[in-house]
Amino acid sequence: MSDINEVTFSPELVAFIKEWKTKQGNLIMVLHKVQQEHGYISREAADKVAELLDVPLATIWGVVTFYHFFKLTKPGKHNIQVCLGTACYLKGGQAIIDELDKQLNLAVGEVTEDGNFSLEAVRCVGCCGLAPVMTVSGEVFGKVTKDQVAGIIAKFS
Amino acid sequence: MAFRNYILVCGGTACESSHADQIYQNLLEECKAQGVADEVQIVKTGCFGFCEQGPIVKILPEDSFYVKVKPEDAKELISEHILKGREVTRLLYDKESSRKNARVEDIKFYQKQFRIVLRNCGFIDPENIDEYIAREGYQGLEKALFEMTSEDIIEELKTAGLRGRGGAGFPTWMKWNFSRQVEDDVKYVVCNADEGDPGAYMDRSTLEGDPHSVLEAMTICGKTIGATKGFIYIRAEYPLAIHRLEIAMQQAREYGLLGENILGSGFDFDIEIRLGAGAFVCGEETALLQSIEGKRGMPQPRPPFPAVKGLWGRPTVINNVETWANIPVIMTKGGNWFSKIGTHDSSGTKVFALTGKIRNSGLVEVPMGTTLREIVYDIGGGIANNKKFKAVQTGGPSGGVITEAELDTPIDFGSLVRIGSMMGSGGMIVMDEDDCIVDVAKFYLNFTVDESCGKCAPCRIGGRSLTNILEKITSGNGTLQDLDTLETIGEAMRKGSLCALGQTAPNPVLSTIKHFKDEYIAHIVDKTCPSGTCKKLVRYSINPEKCIGCTACARKCPVAAISGERKQVHIIDQSLCIKCGVCMETCKFGAVEIH
Repeated sequence: MSDINEVTFSPELVAFIKEWKTKQGNLIMVLHKVQQEHGYISREAADKVAELLDVPLATIWGVVTFYHFFKLTKPGKHNIQVCLGTACYLKGGQAIIDELDKQLNLAVGEVTEDGNFSLEAVRCVGCCGLAPVMTVSGEVFGKVTKDQVAGIIAKFS
Repeated sequence: MAFRNYILVCGGTACESSHADQIYQNLLEECKAQGVADEVQIVKTGCFGFCEQGPIVKILPEDSFYVKVKPEDAKELISEHILKGREVTRLLYDKESSRKNARVEDIKFYQKQFRIVLRNCGFIDPENIDEYIAREGYQGLEKALFEMTSEDIIEELKTAGLRGRGGAGFPTWMKWNFSRQVEDDVKYVVCNADEGDPGAYMDRSTLEGDPHSVLEAMTICGKTIGATKGFIYIRAEYPLAIHRLEIAMQQAREYGLLGENILGSGFDFDIEIRLGAGAFVCGEETALLQSIEGKRGMPQPRPPFPAVKGLWGRPTVINNVETWANIPVIMTKGGNWFSKIGTHDSSGTKVFALTGKIRNSGLVEVPMGTTLREIVYDIGGGIANNKKFKAVQTGGPSGGVITEAELDTPIDFGSLVRIGSMMGSGGMIVMDEDDCIVDVAKFYLNFTVDESCGKCAPCRIGGRSLTNILEKITSGNGTLQDLDTLETIGEAMRKGSLCALGQTAPNPVLSTIKHFKDEYIAHIVDKTCPSGTCKKLVRYSINPEKCIGCTACARKCPVAAISGERKQVHIIDQSLCIKCGVCMETCKFGAVEIH
């Protein structure tokens, strides 16, 4: 096991896991907290959760890979989400993704070489009135046109 | 202390995304700066529903409805409206006939609506329990605790005729009664707030705008069936709703409306939030329960139904957010009152998220029995950009399309199934002539294939096979035989899948084949996509009569497929064209045509 990088959990995270350890059905809540702190769930982090909760790694990995929300790779400094819910899809969500790919050479699920941006296609951010919608680092941009994409990413470059 | 004016600022997710919080802050600042802070109360409310026009600010008592407000408008709103009593005409919804159409009740978007579930959204501050209580909040709980037996409560729900709003429409009183009748010392109450249907946000807005109504209803259920613990399973993608629920739970505990010995009745009930993690299948009740237990969200065979054997094997009542939000009203106004709203088969109202190619996107609540035409044209204002109506899709990835011919169908649970769609959770997506129906079917199918948990073969393999065939059709390689195959596989999935996700996944395909067979045939036989959506079937060409030879398209073409001298007609070399459509976007003369 020596070739596995050590991962450090903050004291708050460790305390949270201890608090939840005795609660039934704690695993998903714990994984949310880990992702909140680390941005994703690495294999090493999963190992650590297995140890702290005393649950087999296979169980944890099974859950992590089942749910879309949990990320297995480190996202970019600015995570871009483009909504592909039905309303956004009909109003040109895919064109925004294509434009981002053109501008940043960034495909869905990838990170730019400089680590600044990552791109995710998501289902419904819940602002269908603003379709098509994209978010960058949590900031929402509505009624986005292809021409606005360059301006939006420039704000975060 | 009475205030001279009340300013309501929409704090729903869509408006917050357009800087509603900054508007709220600026209004507070301006009131202070202009010396009216003591005379005006500013409240951040839940969603007004009219998202197309957001951010929205409403000023009472004049009932002025300001739309598309910007943070920098705060100064003018205070100095003009509040200080001088003059409405800021340029921000009113209908500028031409300002005063006449400025009132909420004059706005067509609201006229045919009837709000039960959304009764408090846009009226109260969802972060203040006193405002909920002031609007009859927690009176239903009081009645349930001190005046009614469990049997009375179930009888009231039966009289009301309330059916589950999550999609299936199962009578709520029956669920509650099943759980009540099982003898067990531990039972659970669960709120399904895992709103995964793309294009739907009814539940999120309800929780953001009126969280206490769900807490109150769950507590009433706890008392009825004999449960002391509740869970709200909510999408992690809804941080604002989670935040407001947490505040609401805290305040309810402080007021003795949640927790131990509620209102001194000796009844204990508390609620915990559990987060989803982005799995659509977890909206299915047995999968949802697995997920609360911390496992992979795989559906389980039913029976046993959760009402009898649910969370950790205990009797569990699980209802959707909208169903819960109806219950406090039924308790205060009575089942009889509720049963008179809507149709015989489906009483009450239904909230829809009206989106897509519609003029007024937003959240609408209408009595059951309202026709689709009323929703699309009277409330929604018709199709945006003067395009032609094509279809409405209801029920999300489980539903089907409804065409022009059926627009006058009064909506209820039964009628939508009869015309080949379903109620679903309430997404209503309007499509216009520019949308390709085969592409839409493929979109939904890709969604369900992606979200299939993989447990049962009909869903896992059937869904993938359907997608492959649709892919074949949209790339111009389809055969007429494929249409039969789609139907055969779809039928097998419908009969053989374990849960509703697989059983309903073929619906978008089957219903579009039924209503738009011509369009499928155009893709298969003529190898064309009538709306020009399916790139592989599209052919761009330049109309010689319109082309003036400006060379703009030739310069923009990324593969140099366009040739032609200046002031001469240009030609696209079809063997080089990659169908990116840049030429069409570039041409100012409409000379590039799509076939």
